[in-house]
Amino acid sequence: MTDDLTRLTVKEAHRLLRLGSVSAADMVTAHVERIERLDPHVKAYLRFTPELWEKQAAEADRLIHEGESRPLLGIPIAIKDVLCVRGVETTAGSQILKGFRPPYTATAVQRLFDAGALMLGVTNCDEFAMGSSTENSSYFPTRNPWDLERVPGGSSGGSAAAVAAGEAMIALGTDTGGSIRQPAALCGVVGMKPTYGRVSRYGLIAFASSLDQVGPFARSVDDAAVVLSLMSGFDPLDATSSERPGMEVLNNYGAGVKGMRLGVPREYYDVKGIEPGVKAAIDAALAVLRMQGAETVDVSLPHTDYGLAAYYIIAPAECSSNLARFDGVRYGLSEVDAPNITEQYLETRRKGFGGEVLRRVMLGTYALSSGYYDAYYLKAQKVRTLIKRDFDEAFKKCDAIVSATSPTVAFPLGAKTQDPLSMYLCDVLTLGGNLAGLPGISVPCGTSDGLPVGLQVLAPQWGENVALRVARAYEEASQVTAQVADVV
Amino acid sequence: MSSTWEIVIGMEVHVQPRTRSKMFCGCAIGELGDPPNTHVCEVCLGLPGVLPVPNKAAVEACLKTALALGCEIPRHTKFDRKNYMYPDLPKGYQISQYDLPMSVNGHLEVGGHKVRIRRVHLEEDTGKLVHAGDKLHKAWESYVDLNRAGVPLMEIVTEPDIRSADQARDYAMELRTLLRTIGASEADMEKGQLRAEPNVSIRRQGSEELGVKTELKNINSFRALHRAILFEVDRHRQVLESGGTVVQETRGWSEAEQRTFSQRSKELAEDYRYFPEPDIPPLELDPPWIERLREALPEMPAPRRERLVRAHGLPASDVAVIGADRELADLFEGAVATGAAAKQVANWIVGEVAPTGKLPSAANLGELVKLVTDGSITRDQGREVLAESVETGRTPAEIVAEHGFQQVSDESELRVLAQAVIDANPKAAADFRGGKKQAMQALMAELRKRAPQANPRAANEVLIRLLS
Repeated sequence: MTDDLTRLTVKEAHRLLRLGSVSAADMVTAHVERIERLDPHVKAYLRFTPELWEKQAAEADRLIHEGESRPLLGIPIAIKDVLCVRGVETTAGSQILKGFRPPYTATAVQRLFDAGALMLGVTNCDEFAMGSSTENSSYFPTRNPWDLERVPGGSSGGSAAAVAAGEAMIALGTDTGGSIRQPAALCGVVGMKPTYGRVSRYGLIAFASSLDQVGPFARSVDDAAVVLSLMSGFDPLDATSSERPGMEVLNNYGAGVKGMRLGVPREYYDVKGIEPGVKAAIDAALAVLRMQGAETVDVSLPHTDYGLAAYYIIAPAECSSNLARFDGVRYGLSEVDAPNITEQYLETRRKGFGGEVLRRVMLGTYALSSGYYDAYYLKAQKVRTLIKRDFDEAFKKCDAIVSATSPTVAFPLGAKTQDPLSMYLCDVLTLGGNLAGLPGISVPCGTSDGLPVGLQVLAPQWGENVALRVARAYEEASQVTAQVADVV
Repeated sequence: MSSTWEIVIGMEVHVQPRTRSKMFCGCAIGELGDPPNTHVCEVCLGLPGVLPVPNKAAVEACLKTALALGCEIPRHTKFDRKNYMYPDLPKGYQISQYDLPMSVNGHLEVGGHKVRIRRVHLEEDTGKLVHAGDKLHKAWESYVDLNRAGVPLMEIVTEPDIRSADQARDYAMELRTLLRTIGASEADMEKGQLRAEPNVSIRRQGSEELGVKTELKNINSFRALHRAILFEVDRHRQVLESGGTVVQETRGWSEAEQRTFSQRSKELAEDYRYFPEPDIPPLELDPPWIERLREALPEMPAPRRERLVRAHGLPASDVAVIGADRELADLFEGAVATGAAAKQVANWIVGEVAPTGKLPSAANLGELVKLVTDGSITRDQGREVLAESVETGRTPAEIVAEHGFQQVSDESELRVLAQAVIDANPKAAADFRGGKKQAMQALMAELRKRAPQANPRAANEVLIRLLS
C-alpha cells in the first residue's frame, strides 16, 4: 500500500490527502522508504532534507485537519541542486560550492512551498547544469531508472530520474538548452520549459542567464501544468520576469487538438543521427494527433544547423562571466594558502571546477575577447535573431511545432564522455526553443528498444497553454502515460 | 610652462547620485566610517543565483543630469558587463554601460568656454580593500569591505576640451554646482561623492594631434585636482623637452608628497570583454517621461548667475558665493523680493549665512536686513537675531521686541546714559577734553557695554556735546 503512494499523480494524491485517507506524513514515509530501497541504485539525490520534510509534513497535516486546501498540500517534491533553498547546502553539482548554504530560497521553490509542497531532497545534475547526461556531476553519475547502465539525460538528470523512479511526485529542473525536456524524454516523464521570463530566475544559480528557465518534471501533463502555473508570474527580484498573469498558462488547455495545425519542421524530423525507433514513435504520435482532428503541416526552420554553433558561443560566453564570482574570496572552496590573489583564484578554480565547466569558461572567455567578439559573440547573436525569425515564420503556418525531444533514447554511461561534440548534439532539437525563448514540453510517446521516447511540443512565446493543450490531448488519446520504473 | 606647449585635458567624473538604496538592490547607502560589511545583502555580495534590479531613482538622477548638461537621450539604453576579477568586485564583473549609454553629446559652459560632454552613463561602485601592511604586494593580509559595492555612480565624460588646470578645476566646481542645483547629487568630494579623474596630455602649440595622455586618480579635493594637473603638465613637459616620450598610464596623486606616481601601465590594459547584461532587459526611455523630467528641472546655475549680476548688480565676488549654491541663490532672491536692499542682503549671505551653512527663511532674512539698514538694531544685534531666528524659526521682529533690542536714539535717555559713563570714567573724559580724541573709543565702549541697544552715532554725538 505505501509503495502505491509513490505511483500517484498529484491529482490523485491530492484527493486522497483531502479525504483524509492518507496523511502528509504517510506520503513522506512512503517516499522515504522507496528512496532508501532504490536510490542506492538510481542515485538521483545528492542530499536529503528531513529537517524540511518533517516540518512541512506536520504543517500540511495541520492545515488539512483544519480543512484548508492548497494545490500542493502534502505533495513530495525534489529540487535540482542549482535552485537555492535557505539553509540547505546548494552546490550546482560542483565542488567549488561545497558547503554553501544560501541564506535565501529561490522564488520558484518558495512558491511551491507556499502551495504546500514537502521537500524531500536535492537532486543531482551536471556541474552548473552543463551537460546532457548528468555524468558531469562532480559527485557521481545518476542512472536511468529504466536501465541502470544508461544515463538519465541531463543536465536535470537527478530530477527526471527521481520522478521516473517514484522517488518524488514532482521535481524541479532548469532548462538552458534542453536540460528539462531531454532528461524527461530519456526517463519517460513529462518535463516542461516555460517561455523565458515566465518563471523567476531568482535563486537559480546561473549557467547562461539569457537562456535559463526553471520548469517542472511530473508524471502527467495536468501535474506539470498545475505546478507551472503556481511558479509563474512576476517577481520583483527578477528584472527579466514577465508581468503576465501566471494562471494564463492554463487557459483552455484541456480543449483538445481538433482543428489545430501542428507544424513538423523537416530539419527536426530528419535531423542527423535520429534513431529509426525514435522516428517511428514520433510518426505514431503524429498519427494519434491527426486522429484527434489536428492537421499536420510541413514547416521549415532553415537556420537549425547554425543553432548549435550559436548556442555554444552564447551559453559559454554568459557562463564565463556568471562563473567569475566563484573566486574563493567570499564563499565555497577557497585555496587561501596560495602566495597571492592571482594564484588563489587559479588554484581555487582549477580545483573547484570540473573539465566541462573549465572548457566552457575558456570557450566563452575567448568568444568575448577583444578582436574575437565580432566574429563569435556578435555573429552568434545575429544567428539567434535569425532563429527567432525562423520560428516566427513557422508559427504563421501552424499553432505549435512537434518533433522528437531527443534524436536518441538513453545512451550507455560513458558513451559520449570522451567526445564533447557528440554530447552537444543531444540538444539539437531542444536548444532552438531556448535561443528563441519559447515554451516547450516533452511528453512520453512510447518506447524504442524498451527505452522511453519523448514527443516535444513547442509553442509561440507565452503560449504555454498551447503546448500543454497539444501534450494533454496526446496523452489522453494515446493512453501513453508516464510510468514509474520498478528499477530493481 | 613654456608658451610653445598647449595643455589638453579631458575629464572623467564619477558622481554618486542622491538615492536611498544601492544601484541593484535594496541596501541602504552607508556613511564613510560605518563598520565594514554592514550595508550588504546577497545581491551586492554577489552570492550565487541572485539578480540585479535597477534602481529607478538612480536612473532618474542620471537622466536629469544628462538633461541639465544638454545631452541627447536615446530611445533605448542598456547595461553591460565589464568583466575583470578583483577581490573588491564580488561578481567578477561590474555592471556598467558600454555602447548604448543613457545619454551622449552635451556640454557645460565654464567661464565662457564650452566643454563638450561625450556621455553620461550609470554604473555600480566596487568595494574597498584594506591591506594589513604598507603596500599591496607586501601585505600579509587583505580585508574586503563591500559597503560601497553596488553604490550607484554616474560617469560623466568630456571631450578633450579643457586647456588649463584652472579650467579643469572650474569645470569640476561648475559641475558640482549644477548637480546640487538639480538635486541629482550632493557631490561632496571629500565624501567621495564626486571623483574627478583628468586625462592630461600636452602638445606643441598649433598641433592638431593629441599627445600621449596620462590618467590621474586619487584626487580628493578641487585643490588637489589643480595641483595634480600642474604637476603632471610640468612632468610631461620635462619628459618631452628632454627628448623622452610620455608613457600612457594611470597615475595616482599623492597628497603627502604632492606628486603623481605610476599606478599601472595601459600597455597591459585588461580586456574587459564587455557584453550586454542579460539579467537586465534594455531600458526604454519613454519620451513623455524624459519630457516630464526636463520640465521639472530648475533654472541652471549659469543663467541664474547672469541674472544676479544684471538684475541685482551684484559684484563677481558675491555671485561666486551666492550663484554656486541653489539654496543661497533662492534665499537671496527671496529676501530681496521682500524689499530688502540687494547689496545688503548679499553682504549678510556672504558674510554671515554662507559660513555657517544654516539658512534662515527668505522672509526672515529680508526682515532682518531691513531692521539693520534702517538703524532699528545694530549690526552686532542683527547677528544675534539671525542666529536665534535660524535656531527657532521666529521672526526677527519678535526676537528684537523680546530682547528689547530696539535701538535707543532718544536724546534725553542717551544724555542720562552718557553722563553716567563720563562720571564713571573721569580720566578718559579728562583726556578727551585735553585733546586726546582716541579717548572717545574707551567711552563709547563703556557706553555700549551698559546699553547695547543705544544707537552708536547718536550716542557719540551726545558724548561729544557733553564733553565740549
